[in-house]
Amino acid sequence: MMHALDKRKRWDHDLIFELIPSGSRVLDLGCGNGELLSRLQNKKGVIGQGVEADPAQVAAAVARGVPVYQCDLDLGLSEFSSGSFDYVILEKTLQTVHRPMLVLDEMLRIGRRCMVSFPNFNHWRVLKNLLETARMPVTPALPYQWYDTPNIHLFTLCDFLDWIDGRQVLIEAGYAWSEGRSRPLLLPDDSKNAEELLFILK
Amino acid sequence: MTDPLNAKLSDSKDYDPSNSSRSVGWTRPQRVILADKANPLSLDCGIDFYPVIVEYETYGQFSAAKDNAIFILHALSGDAHAAGWDADWEKDNRPWRKDRPGWWDSMVGPGKAFDTKRYCVICANILCSCYGTTGPREINPRTGRPYGLDFPVVTVEDWVRLHVRLQDHLGIPKLLAVAGGSLGGQQALAWAIEHPHRVSSAIIFAAAARLSAQGLAFNAVGRHAIMSDPCFNNGEYYGAKEHLCGLEIARMLGHITYLSYQSMEGKFGRRFQNGFAPGFQLAKEFAVENYLEYQGHAFGERFDANSYLYISKAMDYFDAAFRTGGDLAGACESIKAKLMLISFSSDWLYPPESTREIARAMLACRKTVTYIDLPSTYGHDAFLLETEKTTPLVRSFLEGVRVI
Repeated sequence: MMHALDKRKRWDHDLIFELIPSGSRVLDLGCGNGELLSRLQNKKGVIGQGVEADPAQVAAAVARGVPVYQCDLDLGLSEFSSGSFDYVILEKTLQTVHRPMLVLDEMLRIGRRCMVSFPNFNHWRVLKNLLETARMPVTPALPYQWYDTPNIHLFTLCDFLDWIDGRQVLIEAGYAWSEGRSRPLLLPDDSKNAEELLFILK
Repeated sequence: MTDPLNAKLSDSKDYDPSNSSRSVGWTRPQRVILADKANPLSLDCGIDFYPVIVEYETYGQFSAAKDNAIFILHALSGDAHAAGWDADWEKDNRPWRKDRPGWWDSMVGPGKAFDTKRYCVICANILCSCYGTTGPREINPRTGRPYGLDFPVVTVEDWVRLHVRLQDHLGIPKLLAVAGGSLGGQQALAWAIEHPHRVSSAIIFAAAARLSAQGLAFNAVGRHAIMSDPCFNNGEYYGAKEHLCGLEIARMLGHITYLSYQSMEGKFGRRFQNGFAPGFQLAKEFAVENYLEYQGHAFGERFDANSYLYISKAMDYFDAAFRTGGDLAGACESIKAKLMLISFSSDWLYPPESTREIARAMLACRKTVTYIDLPSTYGHDAFLLETEKTTPLVRSFLEGVRVI
């Protein structure tokens, strides 16, 4: 039986695994230990390429048989040619990069479709925590103290939708993690109800 | 006398003895003629060259289908003796092999990165070297005297073309992997680009698609030191004084490029060899001077100056993108092998960015690639020394490679 915490950690991961068709070319940005790509390679015959900055994580991904290119997302992804992947994945990483706009634009250039998941800073629990404690919120989705968080660019669902508005981007699907389960996105309620979000962009 | 090749910075020589379960044990070099008058080797310089003898060693057993073969490629000063203890060191007059095993013994053996319980590992000396494969020290059958500078200028691609013949001689349809560091890594890249159907994977350590201007400059100074040695005699020093000071200087210079700022500070700092204060004399006093002189001298005892000239020239010439007009991605188009590239953070001979360039080229032509920059203070030599970090990478990478 999986703990609630693990379920929340992995909900986007599992959904992405379900949604990606067999045999696709998949680029996973910030692939960590390569678990998702290794599952996709083994179960769905996907051609996978990981990108990861941390050498220890790169080694862990190599141990799983995943090709990994060690690089810092903030330096850009110019080595990847346009349209070279069916799917480009960015799992709960956008809020950690220095240049999120550059990363998003690069994803759209490289992939036919992009899958982006992120924590929603406007979730009611985050706001409640902020209002009640008068300190930077610490929640299951944002478990860090302000001084040691990797999340340097926190944003909300509306921020993300604003970014999409300014571009030639189509939302193919949206999913929310709310109250311990995942479901299709419900607007406008999910502005406050979604703890985490996953978008599939085209 | 201990050989400098692997002594490097490590004081502890915790070699696996020949009777260790981690050693391939006693080894014997083998030699085979792979080019003769009827079947000469076509060199990049335009010459059809013969005869060519190749010295090689193998460790481990071939599988029935011979689909478990790994070709290890050595660097500038290396040889075919990659692992184990040379049983023929006395017969072949190679005393430096008495007290130490092959140059990559830490990586090749039972249970090691290149596990000889599972794989059959092959290593061969390169053309123009001085360890059993035909080189400038050998007798030129046309003159009855050593080739010296009459030896043709050879390239990394020529070496590979010769070793492809060894692959055929051994009856290996396709190699599971080619692997090497530095100039060995460049051979691995050349295998993958020039002979895509012969290799399933390539593991490349501390290497680039081409040497930088800085690297060319160091090699030029090294060759200059050799050729301006009064005993060099235009390469015809055989039988006379074969131990050239110029070669020692070239090796000393080379060693500086193999180390790093951090490793030299850590190992020597400003320590005096004897005593604690300046002796107000011009003789060598600092520990680092002593080290370099020792390394240079030991190398002079075991290496041929002409071979050094030819090998360093091949290192200069190598440019994986030469045939595609500088377009490395274009050159990588032909690659069918899985690639794993490993650089080391303090390497300034082949800096991490220069290794990354190969990975970028692979990605640009829509191929998958593994590239990792390992944190290390050992500089270029890290590929020989950081075995704890590289072993798990190599083992798991090979796990995912099949000969198809």
